[in-house]
This record gives sequence, C-alpha cells and structure tokens, in this order.
Amino acid sequence: MTIIPAAMPRTFVGRLRWAVADGWTITLRSLAHWKQQPAQFLITLMFPIMIALLFGYLFGGSMVVPGGGNYREFLMPGLFAMTMLFGVESTMIAVATDASRGVTDRFRSMPMASSAVVVGRAIADMVDALLVLVVLLGCGVAIGWRWREGIGDAALALGLLLLLRFAFIWIGIYLGLVVRNPESVMVVQIVVWPIGFLANTFSSPAGMPDWLGMVAEWNPLSSTVAATRQLFGNPGWGGDSWIAEHALLMAVVWPLLLTAVFLPLAVRRYRRLSL
Amino acid sequence: MVSAHAYAVVTEGLRKRYGDVMALNGLDLAVPAGTVRGLLGPNGAGKTTAVRILATLLRPDAGRAEVAGCDVVTQAVEVRYRIGLVGQYAAVDEVLSGRQNLVMFGRLYHLSPRAARRRADELLEQFRLTDAADRAVKEYSGGMRRRLDLAASLILTPAVLFLDEPTTGLDPRARDEVWEAVRSLVNEGTTVLLTTQYLEEADRLAHEISVIDGGRVIAEGTPEQLKSKIGGDQIDVMVSDAAHLDHTAGLITSVVGQQAQIAHRERRVSVPVTDRVAALTSVARALHDAGIEAEDIVLRRPTLDEVFLRLTGDAAANSPKEKVA
Repeated sequence: MTIIPAAMPRTFVGRLRWAVADGWTITLRSLAHWKQQPAQFLITLMFPIMIALLFGYLFGGSMVVPGGGNYREFLMPGLFAMTMLFGVESTMIAVATDASRGVTDRFRSMPMASSAVVVGRAIADMVDALLVLVVLLGCGVAIGWRWREGIGDAALALGLLLLLRFAFIWIGIYLGLVVRNPESVMVVQIVVWPIGFLANTFSSPAGMPDWLGMVAEWNPLSSTVAATRQLFGNPGWGGDSWIAEHALLMAVVWPLLLTAVFLPLAVRRYRRLSL
Repeated sequence: MVSAHAYAVVTEGLRKRYGDVMALNGLDLAVPAGTVRGLLGPNGAGKTTAVRILATLLRPDAGRAEVAGCDVVTQAVEVRYRIGLVGQYAAVDEVLSGRQNLVMFGRLYHLSPRAARRRADELLEQFRLTDAADRAVKEYSGGMRRRLDLAASLILTPAVLFLDEPTTGLDPRARDEVWEAVRSLVNEGTTVLLTTQYLEEADRLAHEISVIDGGRVIAEGTPEQLKSKIGGDQIDVMVSDAAHLDHTAGLITSVVGQQAQIAHRERRVSVPVTDRVAALTSVARALHDAGIEAEDIVLRRPTLDEVFLRLTGDAAANSPKEKVA
C-alpha cells in the first residue's frame, strides 16, 4: 500500500491545527504509559501518602502547631506542594529517556510540529499532577484534613499548586535535555530532597538558624505552601518577614519567574539539538 | 517523485565542526536513486554526522545537501516526509506495545487514525511481529526491536532510508533478518544510505561504497572495484610444518617475482599475483618439487577489511589532503 501523506500546511491555521494534533498524540502517548504500567503510577502516589501517615501519626503527636491547631491539617498543604516539586523527577526521567534512546531524534526526523514533543509532555504532566492532587486531597480528608474557606478559595489553592507544577515541568524538560541520561536523575533527587524539606513544609523557619530560616522562607515552595494554608484556612507559621507576609503574591510570582527562566532555556536546548 | 531525479542523495562540500574537531571536511556524495550506498569508515570518520545532517537533525556549517530533490536546510519538512531513519538505538517507546508505537508514529506522520491503524497492521505482518503486536516493547528481543524500529521508519514508504550502523549489537540471526528487510525494500525502489563498521555488511548489501576518513571521501566504487584497487589477487599457502615457512617464502618469491609475506601464527605465506591461474600452478609445482607439504593453497581476492585498512592507513600516513580515489 502506498501512503499519500498530507501536504505540509502553508497557512497559520493549518499549522496550528497540526501543532494541536501532534501535541495531543504525544499527550496520549504519555497517558498510555500509565495504563501500561499502573504500578508506577501507584508508587508515585504511595510516597506522599506514606509521608502523610508518617508525619501525621508518628511525629505529629510531638509537633506543636501555631494557634494550637491539628498537625495533620497543617501538614497536608505542605505535602501537596512537595508532591508538585517531586514531579520534576518524573518529567526529567521521561525527557532524558527519550533523548538517550534516540526517540527524540526520531521525532525530530519526522514531519511533525516541533512544539509537539514539549507541549505534549507538559499537558500530560499537568493531567498527572491534577490526578495526584485529587487522590491526595481524598487521602487528606480521610486523615482529618479540611478546607475551611469555601470552595472558591480551595480552587484557587489548587490552581497555585498546579502553577508550581507547571513551572517545574520546564525545569524538568531542561534538565532532562541537559543530562540526556535517565540514570543521572539520582543526582537531581539529591538536590530535590533538601528543597522539599528546607522550607516551611514540616517545621517553622523561625526555629531554624537565621541564615537557614531565610533560605527556607525564600524557597519558592514555602510561598506556595504558606499561600495554600491561608486559602484552605489551615494553620500556618505566619512570620513577620516581607516574603512571609506576601505569600499569596509570591506563590504566583515564583512559578511565573521560574517559567520565564526555564521555558526559554528548555526550548533553546531543544532547538540547539540541531546545532 | 524520486524517479525525476537521477540522484536520491547529493552532498557538496559539506562541513561540520564541533569545537576543534572537524567532523565533516568537505564531504561530496552522489547516490543514484534506487541503490544502496555504504558509508564505511573508522569511528570518528564523520559517518554519523553525515547521516544526521541528511536526516535534518543537524545543520551543516557549510556546503549543501539534497535528499530526494529537497534541500535539507531550507526544505527540512519536505525532506522529513521522504526519509526514514534507523539510528544506532532502537528508537521506539519501550513501554508501549509494538502496535501502539506504529499507530503513534503513523499519527505523527498525519495519517488519519484509521489509516494509521491499518498501516500498523500491515507493517506488523510484514515484519513478522503480529504475534507480539500487543506486548510491551521492553519484552521484545533485540532483533524484534530492530524490526519494529525499521517498520516505524517505513510508515510512509520513504524514498530514502538512512541506516546508521543498523546491526551493531545484533546476533547473526537478527542481523540476517535486518539485511533481508533492507534487500526487499531496495527491490521496491527505496534508496538506502548505510553506515557501517562491518565490511561484510557493506560487501553484502551495498552497490557502491564510499570510504570516509577525516570527514571526507577517500575512496569510492563498487566493492569489486575497491578490492582490485589495492592490487588484485593473492595466493595464500598454509604449510603443515612451521619450520618450512622461511624456505617456502623464499621459494614463492622467486617463482612469482613478488615479495611473499609470512604470517607465523597462521603458518601462512601470502603473495600478490597478477596472472591468477598460471601463478597458482607454478607455486603448486614448485612446492611439490621442493618436497614442502602444504595444508592448503588459496587463490583469493583481498577482503574489504584489507582494502579498508590499506586505504585508511594510507590516508593517515600521507598528507590528509591527498585523495586516494
């Protein structure tokens, strides 16, 4: 059978339709991965659930929450944000695996829209993040976490969490294209863990040595955590530094700033593959 | 569409530099449509760089390249519709099944969902993967992966297929399968550009071979032409008793009139000859008369390995600018 391919579209609308169709094909590919290996998806979920149980019940008893609230109610927003942060690893593994196996080269040797690989990855990872968040919310409710400020604020908090994940997609794509080797993700894990803990996630920056407390407060993760605690009406640390008082603003600014830096870097890196 | 062009692949003065390394230094190629061209060369000769430029994955620093009548830089998308690329790794999604892979790539070639599924079924059948079609690729053997990789490159029946060391790391049986698939493609009119380090592979598959070293072509021709270029035929005599080696070599040198070479480990004496059968007869008679027992006497053409070592060795020894061909 001779296949007669569609001619390359010459109009802007035609090209846009191509870009959308190709991006969607790549998205479906990633979604098919979860269907093929559901165990992996469950393991991704197990981790934050395990942390929730560990901290909520094991350490939770000895933790004093500001305002005398429930520790588990304090804990969950931190876990939501930390899970968004850890998503950078799965993005990076996916990108580095494709690059090292020659799949990226195959895509680039095909007449598909060049944006599709990156866009498809981003959409799939956002769908993944949404699913994980929904499961974690359910898990939180099961162990006594509640949102207390109405559905509008809760939705806004979810939006901030997804915005953080969106920013980390570009960092993940960029790093994946730089290392081009899924085994190197180990190195990134070593860096990601301190970022997850060196924040207001589990303990108060005020209780840390001055310089460390400052690093923790300026950690982008802290702004998202503080803002979502506020929006969910959960207890938080507060704090009288500028960054702590402007958590809501910075929960928007930080991800946008990271995106502004890493999206062009990722795109440039992808383009430079042909230099 | 290709038949309008006599050459399916043309490069002129192609250059590519990585830092201080000149990967391509004025590569000129012209591959007639419907033929198999082997690119042969040591590691770092520039073979893969050439293929990556032709497959629109890399931009050349200077020079020009056309594939199926389209310029690889200014008409990259047109080129991509007309080529298939099989690289050094099986570039398929390991998590997905063979069928899912082919359907996905078909969709990315902008086939309709239905056409993509139908084409996937055809290719699975053609490459004997139907039974394994719904298994994840990571469960495939090396040969099956390669066949799937090849199938994915053939979704649009490309005019030009690039094979970059397609049988590296394959067992002999899987290698034969790949060779078979390539031959049947060529029968249907596809032009193939094959890079390889295996001379046997080039000898078996390629109509013509371009020997590349230092980023340029140093010799070109059919396998036979290349072999005769370094002095035609050769007689090998394997003696039973290693003590007879020196005596045998002296004898053969005087009979043939060319310096015979001794390979001690193989207990072999070799000498280049021009008048094939006459030389063979006189060597055999001389050995018989001298009472030397020979285990084997062989009249043979040089192997492509010998041609290759000779050519690349010369190029390294002489000025790199000198062209052997």
